Amino acid sequence: MKKLIAGAMAASILSLAAQVQAADYAIDKKGAHAFVQFRVKHLGYSWLYGRFNDFDGEFTYDEKDPSKNKVKVEVKTESLDSNHAERDKHLRSADFLDTKKFPTATFVSTGYKPTGDNKAELTGNLTLHGVTKPITIAVEHIGAGKDPWGGYRAGFEGRATIKPDDFGIPISKKLGPASEEVELFLTVEGVRK
Amino acid sequence: MSFWRSDERAYSGLAKLLHWLSALTVVGLFFLGLWMVELTYYDEWYRKGPDLHRSIGLSLALVTLLRILYRLTVSYPGPLASHPPLVVWGARVVHLMLYGLLLVLFVSGYLITTAKGDPIGFFGLFEIPSLISGIPNLEDRAGEVHEIAAFTLMGLAVLHALAALKHHVLDRDDTLRRMITRGKS
Repeated sequence: MKKLIAGAMAASILSLAAQVQAADYAIDKKGAHAFVQFRVKHLGYSWLYGRFNDFDGEFTYDEKDPSKNKVKVEVKTESLDSNHAERDKHLRSADFLDTKKFPTATFVSTGYKPTGDNKAELTGNLTLHGVTKPITIAVEHIGAGKDPWGGYRAGFEGRATIKPDDFGIPISKKLGPASEEVELFLTVEGVRK
Repeated sequence: MSFWRSDERAYSGLAKLLHWLSALTVVGLFFLGLWMVELTYYDEWYRKGPDLHRSIGLSLALVTLLRILYRLTVSYPGPLASHPPLVVWGARVVHLMLYGLLLVLFVSGYLITTAKGDPIGFFGLFEIPSLISGIPNLEDRAGEVHEIAAFTLMGLAVLHALAALKHHVLDRDDTLRRMITRGKS
């Protein structure tokens, strides 16, 4: 009887520990609870928003030690969508993203530095248009917990600004100096594996 | 023989006119297309070029459909007695491909513009709605088809023109002449 109780206690302590250890999550691609969006100035007169519809990724989330958090996302560049067929065709062409030559863009994180209040600086390498450069994403951990369907989920949102010219995309030459910077909006919800 | 209706002996004035107008339009659209895609945001013709290309393309589509209908219903001069079977066959194949490639160009061009549900405008007068949308990257695939068909059409058009010249200069027969005037008969 004592062994049984001891065994049960050990098991429950272990399961408690499992909940707060680092865990791997798969981005909920099937339920589309993740979004890769961007905005860029049009002529300096308005913001143009677009998104990438096809991407996938995973992340490690450690509730106890967030500095251990990691993320990897792969985006199919051909899935660019700004709600305009001719514009999207042009953006995918060799004039800009050259999606035939560079069908994927990836981000692989190298560090996660909490800056307090569920916020952090996520550093990593962005490979876009065949060029890899380090970028920093300002991240906010939105929340985590059980879902009503037997899973455990965690979500993050990040913003970063990049200069496509740095990646060999001649955006300021093609669209003008007001379009030099592109802001990225990344939201992911992952289901614990 | 009227201006409007061809018969076995001669092409009508209308048939000849539409033939040459189409040829000019096809060549014009080809070079306009090549030129307009090189333009940048800050070129004056960045939007005007494609607008013209689309509208003229739609006009040519209508004219070509009428020409095809015309050719299917009205009789027209057949091969010359002097044309050997290979020439007869070759001409038929190339002519069929010219019509076919034109149709491919009209459909693919339309699909590029309308792939995401936007209509295609006709000289700012009216718009033709989108019929097929929601297929990812339809504009890209249609664009590739459009480009390949355009270059193929130009290649065949050159072949077609050279063949006509061969008949005119080397064979000294009526083949080209009858597309310009009444021909010898």
